[in-house]
Amino acid sequence: MKSLSFFNRILVLLAALLIIPSYFTPLWQISLWAPQYPEGLNMKIWIDHLSGNVDQINGVNHYIGMRHIGNEMFPEFSFLIYVIGALVAVGVLAFLIGKRWSLYAFFGLITLFGLAVLADMYRWGYQYGHNLDPKAAIKVEGMSYQPPLIGYKELLNFLAYSGPDTGSWIIMGGVGLLILAIVRDRFEKPALVKNPYTSK
Amino acid sequence: MEKKVWLLAIGLTAVALAPGCKPKGAQTAITGDAASKVYVAPGNHDEFYNIVSGGFNGQMSVVGLPSGRVLKILPVFSVNPENGWGYSEESKPMLNTSQGFVPWDDLHHIAISTTNAEHDARWAFGNANNTPRIARVDLNTFKTVEIIEIPNSAGNHSSPFITQNTEYVVAGTRFSVPVGENNDVSIDSYKENFKGYISFIGVNPESGEMNLSFQIEAPPFNFDLARAGKNKSHGWFFFSTYNTEMAHTLLEVNASQKDKDFIMAVNWKKAEEYVKAGQGTKKKAKYVHNKWNEETHSATSTMMEDVLTLDPTVLKDIVYFIPCPKSPHGTDTDPTGEFIVGSGKLAAIIPVFSFTKMLAAIESKDFEGDINGMPVLKYESVLHGEVVKPGLGPLHTEFDGKGFAYTSMFVSSEIVKWNIETLEVVDRVPTYYSVGHLSVPGGPTGKPHGKYMVAYNKITKDRYLPTGPELAHSAQLYDISGDKMQLLLDFPTIGEPHYAEAFPASLIKDRQVKFYPIEKNQSPYALKGVADARVERKGNEVHVYMTSIRSNFRPDNIEGVNVGDEVYFHVTNLEQDWDVPHGFAIKGANTAELLIMPGETSTLKWVPDRTGVFPFYCTDFCSALHQEMQGYLRVSPKGSSTTLKFSTGEVE
Repeated sequence: MKSLSFFNRILVLLAALLIIPSYFTPLWQISLWAPQYPEGLNMKIWIDHLSGNVDQINGVNHYIGMRHIGNEMFPEFSFLIYVIGALVAVGVLAFLIGKRWSLYAFFGLITLFGLAVLADMYRWGYQYGHNLDPKAAIKVEGMSYQPPLIGYKELLNFLAYSGPDTGSWIIMGGVGLLILAIVRDRFEKPALVKNPYTSK
Repeated sequence: MEKKVWLLAIGLTAVALAPGCKPKGAQTAITGDAASKVYVAPGNHDEFYNIVSGGFNGQMSVVGLPSGRVLKILPVFSVNPENGWGYSEESKPMLNTSQGFVPWDDLHHIAISTTNAEHDARWAFGNANNTPRIARVDLNTFKTVEIIEIPNSAGNHSSPFITQNTEYVVAGTRFSVPVGENNDVSIDSYKENFKGYISFIGVNPESGEMNLSFQIEAPPFNFDLARAGKNKSHGWFFFSTYNTEMAHTLLEVNASQKDKDFIMAVNWKKAEEYVKAGQGTKKKAKYVHNKWNEETHSATSTMMEDVLTLDPTVLKDIVYFIPCPKSPHGTDTDPTGEFIVGSGKLAAIIPVFSFTKMLAAIESKDFEGDINGMPVLKYESVLHGEVVKPGLGPLHTEFDGKGFAYTSMFVSSEIVKWNIETLEVVDRVPTYYSVGHLSVPGGPTGKPHGKYMVAYNKITKDRYLPTGPELAHSAQLYDISGDKMQLLLDFPTIGEPHYAEAFPASLIKDRQVKFYPIEKNQSPYALKGVADARVERKGNEVHVYMTSIRSNFRPDNIEGVNVGDEVYFHVTNLEQDWDVPHGFAIKGANTAELLIMPGETSTLKWVPDRTGVFPFYCTDFCSALHQEMQGYLRVSPKGSSTTLKFSTGEVE
């Protein structure tokens, strides 16, 4: 099968390396604003822990009977470091192999990973937002208080935002490089193939 | 008969026209744009913090300028049932003295800490006039963190004034008193047995912790106010004195006889040298040193036993006297440190002394006499000049950093602006009424901000809606950015403000503590989580280890307490967010409430004297379910065998 140009191979390597910062940067963020919280409450999700105003958010959420958010709530924290490590390894492998299929495979895998993360986030948000304690002080209409998956949503007196954070944006930049590599690979002029009729 | 009617008519006309002849009042003193200059729009912040002494309320108030809004009443020397200051077990030691627990004092003056003669606004110092003490307030928490008592002093009025790097806070005694063992003496032995002590309290440059470094044994005058030299006069301190007549009765008359009293110039660098050389004498003196610990959230009170004293009649070159007309009140040094302004409250002029001339006079021994061997300098030799016809009753002077001085005139109820170099009066504005202290942001430092000036008045009369015989003390804010002083605002104050200092809000507003990290809470009674909430009995003491977090107390049902037990509620506020204090009050407690900041632990002692079930509740509207934040405590008869039990949220 077709080999990748040197430049496209570099793009694949870069995309693989750009996954590494996700070990040191937050991947996702959830922010809340209310009249009493003009400065906002902010929670960041990292590869293996939470940070930010988690305690304050828990303090506010207990009134409607939401579960206590904590690291133990995310089993993902125990294996995400390996999944992401594997993803980097696949990327580097794709660079070494340097074939078109390896590029596609890497791109496919990382896209699948992204979709899986979104699906997982939705599943968490749904459970967190629907598993309300029936004995809570404030009964939410329909017993659901699900945070948005991506974007803004109004929840009682809060405006909630959910979206990717630094680490994810860097990974997405890497995915952009892969798309560039795919486009370049498809549209670049075929390497000079010797014309059998003109050759002597 | 007709003639009489005419006379009556003329008389009535005269009476009717008379008010038209009166000078114009404040209504015309305001010009059009004053309102916009003091308007701080909703959500915006004031440009300056003004830390204002509370006088007879023993507290400080925090006022924003230019709005004049009161932001906080900060308890210092007086108990404050509102937040439990002086009532909680943790804060009681702060108000301990060598006389025992003193719940009140009279706080007159403020000193904001400086570095290189400029405000660094790390700490605010305040004096207790009646039971002599100095307090230090931490301006990151706006909380009194240290109080040191001043021995051998009475009427700690000449205090707390600070040196330019906050090396020392001084405390000069207003009343001279007999000291030491021999204190039971006849009052008319004043001249032989009474002493006027001046205390120098060292301040740790890192922690701010105070320590009574040494006392100077001065003659038995009344010491009124003081200012440190700064910049070129750094190393000197100037104290105003009155009653150099040394009268002990009817001072109104007997202390007003001499044409000149003194400004006492103290070379404190020299005094320091004598201390280092071991020239001081340790004398017995009992005084307390109280410290607040922000990690244990509690105070300790330590009894000190002795003090180092310096005798300036033996140790030369420490003390010099500058003659100053008629019972000087304020003594103020200008931003360069060259000029020392003495405000003789009964004098017709304001003398301005030159530091350079003072040094030259000392150098050339240009003395007119001595007091027990301490030189008295010649008035003319030290004088830079006199401000002529400034007004009546000069009290205090502040500076704008542009070469002008502003002196408050108590009797003629005005502030007079004059040129320091030429001594010409350039402007005057009325105050309402009888101004005492005045305050320019940065005014006493080497770097005044020269934009605003506040007059703190002693008489209020008709300025606001009347409130019976007792009125709020009035203050006026003036714009001093132009050639003419402009009245902007008239605002009521808390307590009886004397001195106040103002500094730019930007110095401290971003370093304010928002809550105390619970993991750093070292109180022996702290709870780190709701799981530890419990009740323990030790003899007749019952210790309730209680948590508060929105919106419950744990435990909230307590039984097994008997009449006469000493019940200690150790309440930890588990919140870790800004502006979520919880309160605690129980029915029948004859003390006060607790107001507990997030991450803090406070203790309320209660001795129930009757049986019953006593409700307790949160007093600070903390949350939507604040009204649900409550509990019950059952009290059984003395010696009853009701089992000690406690719970939260268990429904049978």
